[in-house]
Amino acid sequence: MARSNAILWAGLALVLMLAVAPIKLAYATEVKSVKSPLGMTAWLVEDHTNPVISMSFAFKGAAALDPVGKAGLANLVSALLDEGAGDLDSQAFQRRLEDGAITLRFSAGKDNFSGNFRTLTENMDEATELLRLAVTSARFDVEPVERIRAQVMANVRRELEDADTIASDALFAQLFPSHGYGRRTDGTLETIGAIERKDLVAFANQRLVRSRLTIGISGDITEGEAQKFIENAFGDLPMGEVEPPVAEVQAQASGMLSVIKRDFPQSAILFGHGGIKRDDPDFYAALIMNHILGGGSFTSRLYEEVREKRGLVYSIGTGLAAFDHAGAIIGSAGTANARAAETIAIIRQQWGHMAEGGATDAELADAKTYVIGSFPLRFTSSRAIARILVSMQLNHLGADYLDKRKDIINAVNADDVRRVAARLLDSDRLNMVVVGQPQGVTEGVVGQP
Amino acid sequence: MNKLFSMMLTALITLWLAGPAAAEVFSPTVFKLDNGLQVVVIEKHRSPVVTQMLWYKVGASDEPTGKTGMAHLLEHLMFKGTQKFPDGEFSAMLARHGGNENAFTALDYTGYHQTVSRDRLEMVMELEADRMRNLVLRSGDINTEREVILEERRQRIGNNPSGELRLQIDQALFPGDHAYGRPVIGWEADIVSITKQDLEAFYQQHYSPANAVLVVAGDVTPGEVKALAEKYYAPIKNGAAPIHAALPFPKKGKPSSVVLNDARVRQPSWNLSILAPSMSSDDKREIAALEVLDEVMGGGTTSRLYRALVVEQGIAVAAGARYASGARGPGRFLFYASPKPGVSLDALQSATAQEVEKFIEQGFVTGELARVKKRMLASAVYVRDELKSGAWALGGALAAGHSVMDVEGWPERIRTVTGEDIKKAARKLWRDPRRVSAKLLPAEPNSGGGG
Repeated sequence: MARSNAILWAGLALVLMLAVAPIKLAYATEVKSVKSPLGMTAWLVEDHTNPVISMSFAFKGAAALDPVGKAGLANLVSALLDEGAGDLDSQAFQRRLEDGAITLRFSAGKDNFSGNFRTLTENMDEATELLRLAVTSARFDVEPVERIRAQVMANVRRELEDADTIASDALFAQLFPSHGYGRRTDGTLETIGAIERKDLVAFANQRLVRSRLTIGISGDITEGEAQKFIENAFGDLPMGEVEPPVAEVQAQASGMLSVIKRDFPQSAILFGHGGIKRDDPDFYAALIMNHILGGGSFTSRLYEEVREKRGLVYSIGTGLAAFDHAGAIIGSAGTANARAAETIAIIRQQWGHMAEGGATDAELADAKTYVIGSFPLRFTSSRAIARILVSMQLNHLGADYLDKRKDIINAVNADDVRRVAARLLDSDRLNMVVVGQPQGVTEGVVGQP
Repeated sequence: MNKLFSMMLTALITLWLAGPAAAEVFSPTVFKLDNGLQVVVIEKHRSPVVTQMLWYKVGASDEPTGKTGMAHLLEHLMFKGTQKFPDGEFSAMLARHGGNENAFTALDYTGYHQTVSRDRLEMVMELEADRMRNLVLRSGDINTEREVILEERRQRIGNNPSGELRLQIDQALFPGDHAYGRPVIGWEADIVSITKQDLEAFYQQHYSPANAVLVVAGDVTPGEVKALAEKYYAPIKNGAAPIHAALPFPKKGKPSSVVLNDARVRQPSWNLSILAPSMSSDDKREIAALEVLDEVMGGGTTSRLYRALVVEQGIAVAAGARYASGARGPGRFLFYASPKPGVSLDALQSATAQEVEKFIEQGFVTGELARVKKRMLASAVYVRDELKSGAWALGGALAAGHSVMDVEGWPERIRTVTGEDIKKAARKLWRDPRRVSAKLLPAEPNSGGGG
């Protein structure tokens, strides 16, 4: 029973993390760049206060590259790399992980295939060996492949019970038709069923390569040890090709409102249109603008107008989905079916209001101090720091970003926010998907009966 | 993660997860102010960040009959304002200073927490202390927030068949008017009937220093916290001592079962909840035994249940166990499984029973107990790596009436519990008829609700 939760963000978590995870630290956390003899680099923050070592890593190229009929391939691979490798079958591998209290997890996003690794210092050698086996010698035996496939399918069935997921799937399919960004990361029952063992093997061989690898390490490890560690874990991987070909794409939105009728007492409302990429010069202005519009959890305009003043929702929010090859701004809300029309009208109105007028000076000042001040709060565990280090590198931010971020945010002025709001936001093009039994809501394009 | 239990027990489960933490765990500094406020400081100097959590020893189980949902409604209203910081100024000010915040309500307690840069600790302590006694309740705010909560209820229960089933399980497990049989979020009829006077009385009775626990974790020293606590919390006067609801173990009756058929369900699931002792019990050895049992039966992919049901028999996509020992009243032990298509829930139930009975008869295989303990003890190191884990674990324990040693002594209890203890605890648990078997299923084939 928290005061607020954001159901939508489950689906968008990775994306939002990349969009928002840009980092800062106005104090003495030293980010070192470590280079192995083979030329692999990792960013490292040493911290010897606790005998724990965390690493995060990412291979460029993931679900957005899944073949159309085999959506969910990257995700299925991510669930299978720790299900048997080298001489160890699935149970033997899992048992060695558990006996060493080692965490080794993989996950597939749209653009990045990521891994998270954590071990006690005393088990570092064992943990490194298991990681090496997972990335170089995954077995994909029949039993684990079928077991995990069944689990992923069960998850998909469970997600299909959820109004927000149904709405989110539909909205992304509208925004990015015939593109990987518009398909479910974990696939559909049909596409998951179509994935063959040879697809999994090919993915592991072709995608898990050194040229696409980014590494962040934090915890009880020295520079020299970190060099050896990345060499031992990833040195056996082939160099591979550099950049996988994901097509640039513009989000398609025309102001369409769609209703998916389902037996829910609360309508799930997802809304969005094109947004901004991480490398856009206006990205930080957009970040601030989004914070004021719907990003700030208990302070945004949408929160104020829709929840605080009218009690129409429990959760409402917006976020920038900054993919490598497209941008979108996405929001979500949930309201009783009878109040869906009113909620939608207020969202559109606020959208237009921001597009036309931008933010007030007070809003801008408050947003800036929040965006600056909340950033260091993320450095709360070695795991979190390792993830941030990867995110910084993926976004080409430079190791001095932690020092520069404050100035970058402070440089955003009211004109920037007005310009980016006018450029990005268009209430006439805002697509909406409503799942439930909404009353008084007409399907179709805004302004056209 | 079993969906059925993932929502409303979040706080309890967090406590339980962090529980595998402990004398050697967080090494807190603990002291009490003259007005009875208990203060816990957990130093963590990795980064210049602090978390303040204020836990009140009041939750949904303390609500008067007919007023379910009141603790939670009050939690929402605590953000509305005081005379000094009116109209949402708390959240606005916190956000201006880059802080994050939230709050939660559970059966046993209600908590408020903020994470801020270390130089803003004084500010959040002033704000939190101010709203302990000075909340201004206004009818307009109450009515709006009631609407928000009805939306929250739709989201958690109306839109979510597993949320609905959970309510039914709680009622069956704690029959009559037992306080643990109530939904934390409240019955709709109760939520709409709560008045300003009800809320004011509840607030006056329960929100006071002697009924609260303050936890500060992060880049701060006990001396600094003490000075600030003296400045902001010490001047607060106590109200009357609150009376907690009695939380007895229900009488032993027959096992019961609940079944929810819902056309929206696409992935069925089964679970079995059995009443179990919580940390309130004097027999801490039994608690430790059940914690190890939980890990042996249901901890991860090499656990007995996962291995048997998911890997070897191939009848389930998920199987496991979960022991919630953090409650002030009765705890509960949960077994759960989710079937592969075409497998009946009864088959999962029997396969689970077979595994439990096998363990009760044969106990551990060679080396198994040592491996499980080693893994559990490692988790006490990992939890120290997180800023907030100690605040959750210690705050939750103290707010539910447990002691610092109940948390800090955890590794020692796990180290010393024996295989025989665990078998004995398993046998006792398994014989207890106070249990509810629950099934979540799609619409019945002939009900016409195929959608």
